[in-house]
Amino acid sequence: MPPLSSKTDKPKDTKGTLIRLLGYLGRYRLGIFAGVILSLTANIFALIGPKLAGSAITAMEGGAGAVDFKLVYRYASLMLLLYIVSSVVNYMLSFLMMNIGRSVGRKLRADVMDKLMKLPVGYFDTHQTGDIISRVSYDIDVISNSLSTDITQILSSIITVTGAFALMLSIYAPLVIVVVVMIPVYIWYTRYMMRKTRPLMSKRSAMYGMLNGFSEEMFSGQKTIQAYAHEAQSTDAFDIHNNNACDAYYKADYQAAKIGPTVGFFTNLSLALSATAGSVFYMKEMITLGQVASFLLYTRKFSGPINEVANISNEILSSLAAAERVFRLLNEPEETADVPDAKTLSEVAGNVELKGIHFAYVPEKPILQNVNLKADAGKLIAIVGPTGAGKTTIINLLMRFYDPQSGEIRIDGTEHRSYTMTSLRKAYAMVLQDTWVFHGTIYDNIAYGRSDATREEVIAAAKAAHIHKYIMCLPNGYESVITEDGGNISKGQKQLLTIARAMLYDAKMLILDEATSNVDTRTERQIQSAMRTLMKDKTCFVIAHRLSTIRNADRILVIGGGSVDEQGTHEELMAKKGAYYKLYMSQWE
Amino acid sequence: MKTILRYMKPYRRRVAFGVTVKFFGSIGELFIPFLLEYMVDDIVPTKDLSRVLWFGGVMVLCAILVRVANVKANQYASSIARDCTRDLRHDLFSVTVGLTGSQFDSVTLPSLISRMTADSYNVQNFIGMIQRMGIRAPILLVGGVFMAMLLDWELSLVFLCMVPLMAGVVLFVSRHGIPLYSTVQDNVDRLTRILRENITGIRVVKALSREEHEKTRYNKANDELSRSDFRAGATMALPNPLMNLFLNIGLVLVILFGSQRVNSGDMKSGVIITFLIYFNIILGAVLGLNRIFIMYTKAGASANRIGSVLELGNVRPEVAARGPREDVPFIRFEHVSFTYPHLNETVESADREYAVSDISFDLNRGESLGIIGATGCGKTTLINLLMRFYDVTGGRILVDGYDVRSYELSELRRKVGVVFQNDMIFADTLRENVAFGRDIPDEELRSALTDAGIITFVDSHAEGLDYMATKAGANLSGGEKQRVIIARALSGRPEILILDDASSALDYKTDAALRRSIRENHKESTCITIAQRISSVRPLTKILVMEAGETVGYGTHEELMESCEIYQDIYRSQMGGEEYASA
Repeated sequence: MPPLSSKTDKPKDTKGTLIRLLGYLGRYRLGIFAGVILSLTANIFALIGPKLAGSAITAMEGGAGAVDFKLVYRYASLMLLLYIVSSVVNYMLSFLMMNIGRSVGRKLRADVMDKLMKLPVGYFDTHQTGDIISRVSYDIDVISNSLSTDITQILSSIITVTGAFALMLSIYAPLVIVVVVMIPVYIWYTRYMMRKTRPLMSKRSAMYGMLNGFSEEMFSGQKTIQAYAHEAQSTDAFDIHNNNACDAYYKADYQAAKIGPTVGFFTNLSLALSATAGSVFYMKEMITLGQVASFLLYTRKFSGPINEVANISNEILSSLAAAERVFRLLNEPEETADVPDAKTLSEVAGNVELKGIHFAYVPEKPILQNVNLKADAGKLIAIVGPTGAGKTTIINLLMRFYDPQSGEIRIDGTEHRSYTMTSLRKAYAMVLQDTWVFHGTIYDNIAYGRSDATREEVIAAAKAAHIHKYIMCLPNGYESVITEDGGNISKGQKQLLTIARAMLYDAKMLILDEATSNVDTRTERQIQSAMRTLMKDKTCFVIAHRLSTIRNADRILVIGGGSVDEQGTHEELMAKKGAYYKLYMSQWE
Repeated sequence: MKTILRYMKPYRRRVAFGVTVKFFGSIGELFIPFLLEYMVDDIVPTKDLSRVLWFGGVMVLCAILVRVANVKANQYASSIARDCTRDLRHDLFSVTVGLTGSQFDSVTLPSLISRMTADSYNVQNFIGMIQRMGIRAPILLVGGVFMAMLLDWELSLVFLCMVPLMAGVVLFVSRHGIPLYSTVQDNVDRLTRILRENITGIRVVKALSREEHEKTRYNKANDELSRSDFRAGATMALPNPLMNLFLNIGLVLVILFGSQRVNSGDMKSGVIITFLIYFNIILGAVLGLNRIFIMYTKAGASANRIGSVLELGNVRPEVAARGPREDVPFIRFEHVSFTYPHLNETVESADREYAVSDISFDLNRGESLGIIGATGCGKTTLINLLMRFYDVTGGRILVDGYDVRSYELSELRRKVGVVFQNDMIFADTLRENVAFGRDIPDEELRSALTDAGIITFVDSHAEGLDYMATKAGANLSGGEKQRVIIARALSGRPEILILDDASSALDYKTDAALRRSIRENHKESTCITIAQRISSVRPLTKILVMEAGETVGYGTHEELMESCEIYQDIYRSQMGGEEYASA
């Protein structure tokens, strides 16, 4: 859903945004120059057309039997030529400008993706997906459309106004004053109305936003609403939002409805004034009647674009606001770069050590305090604790999705920040609770981490994860396409796919964050031998609710409220009769 | 369009009034240039200053009247757009919240949301604009053509030769341009899908260092989007210059044909000059109509999308005639079978036709049932059928001695307190989230929150029950959300309590405490629990073990441990000695 709010909001740093946007246009300066030429041509043609028609008619003035056909034909063929050429020129102009607008849009979209891939994970944790997407799907679209059409419009307005003004001056300068005095009135009025309507438009956008949010929420919870027979009440609540949105729409439109007719009124007024004044000048024999007629024609041409410009300036402001939002994203601080002499982590043994780790997502809420942990190569480390205690945070730190505020993590004795980010992450395989599959074939989803895997390897991994049989039941087997969010396969099957993915991805260290939480326990048991193979010879970090699954861990880390409460083997911790013991026994209640 | 007209109908008097005002405004607008011409052609040459001034005054007066009429008409148009859309959205909302499960599935959630939002805005704008532009352009066109015909009908016919060509352009655009735009829309969808996949899967992408691969994938979609967008734009940019060209060719023909007639003495050259004026009016009108046409294709599509949802509202589940009350246990499933209507197209149906088949069980008041089985085996379907989100395909379900299909939906559902899988927290106070529109006193709410084990969390906030949950409960943890939702189900002291995977975000300890308090404090509720964990269903009166939509075991924990192999299997997998082991 495009955020309608962006329609009216104002850029904060208009100049900076404009300069940066012009930077994007810079590479198309030749095209823009061509656009100016084309636009000039088209507008001159538009002015010449009526003149040719006039000349053709003049050639008929002789009346019956005295029409100068040679002249008429000449002018008619000139007109035909002119109109064909001007149609082509006009089309070329919109084609060209559209090309420029779309190209800038494409470049911006590519830049945004480029940027997103460089942003730290924290950015995605703190920004709403829909919001990021609307940068690409809506804002860039606004910019590209505005570049395609607004530039042409402005060019043609400027040319027409200047042309008409020059022609009016050439006819009779004093008469121009009558038209010119209207200009400040136009400007004052449009500014006044803009000031008046903009807050109303913002209010309307805000109300639309609330209506959208409310509908989205209610429709998502539709089943709950029905279950509690809450339909009537939610409709009442909706009506409030709906009324607010409708009223805000009306209030904004009520004011906006005045603009068009009023500007039209000014145009008519200046027509009436210049007609009257022109007539007076004519009576004083200062100009001819023909001049009055042409002057009035140009008066109309003169005022039209002014109205257009008032409309366009609104659009330009909103596209600048959109550009600013895109640039703000492009300005976000990127993931910490590798240290200058970063080493590539290869030949991993798998010794991991956390020393004095302090970490908080927001300064006032520390998540981990002084966490120490030593995981020797090939050992199984289990992390247990209540929801929200910071289990997943440890994973975030290991993978360098976040860096701790203090303390260090060592891989085979070396601080892990001295390795390149890519090689460090490649040293881990992981299966997460939030299974992630993408729109693509099952085969591609399994082979995601290793594009060089052979078909046999992929199938072997799927077999090990006990998903092969299911895949073979699908109409297209491994080539079956998973739709977005994997809506056509169950959560459990998705998780098995990600397990197969991890099996294929050979790494020295393995992270299992509730890796089988969506798999029913029977299937889980069936894949246990495969899981054991997966974990073989690897340093494993396992987070699990089901404590039975981690009983044999070499070391169990019990986290509670920001620090490690207990550490030890299952037996040691059970003997201690502390937090782990309580947690373990609660399963049997 | 039918939908739009239907909603405009109640306001037809105001529409008629507004349109009339607009009509006069437009006529007045046409009148000013005529005044102007008359003044220049006939008054000024007489050199009568007072008449000139008088005419100038009339023109100013006319301009004022035109402004007043147009402003009023425009404001009238937006007030009608406001009222129509308000009614439309109200109906759309109440139909949408009332859709049955299969109706909802057939439209899908994102589509329902965009119908309520983007589509309704399109319709609103259209209703507003059509009453403004839709009056002016036809008046100008009809007026222009009429005046031209009056002036010289033979000449007009020459001019009108161009009409088929222009109609051809409109036809071409609606045939080719609009499908091109739906291709663009598909490409936009694809691009945003890839983007969304990358945002939600950022950890995986980074962990596997697939950033470059993802960029390539995205840029391919980006290039395709740009290409298709460009193609559509290039097509849609055609009508304007083409229309212009055809009209102007018509004009050239008029001059050529006219010159013959002038030469033969049938016509004066001045007629062609006047013709030129009408020509400009017609040109403006045609381009205006072209814009209305484009606007209409957009709004018409939106209105159809809304209309199709509204039509679904006419198909309500029937309430069957109620027979005498049968003397059976409180809840009875009799050979219940069900197949999802839409599932026939999806992958899962490949190996299974029925979501559930031949399910039977009885449950007395105050008893409890646990349902256990693999993911996707049909557990949730049973709940959907019991609450009549879907209707059974075979067999029947009795609640309190009556077939569920003989209940008013609200009557049936009022008996139930339910926690769905992935249930919702709404952006509202905790009080409203728990009470959820029911008239429940605070003490009751607090006791439900206590039973759900979340009261300390509530009290830890100064606002207490007035603590605002943000959208989708973003300011609550998964466990907190789940417990608030459980409190919602408990707080009405429902006759039937349904917990569908309600404690998946809770650790064992919290889960165990929760189950204990439900057992002790909600004895009167007949409780159905769907769970993955044996520990959650073990103490219940009866346990139903399901696999692939069928019953594979039914009885108490002890009975099942004796008789049901699959149950034993599940038990062993959770409680038994096998676990991950380091090699």
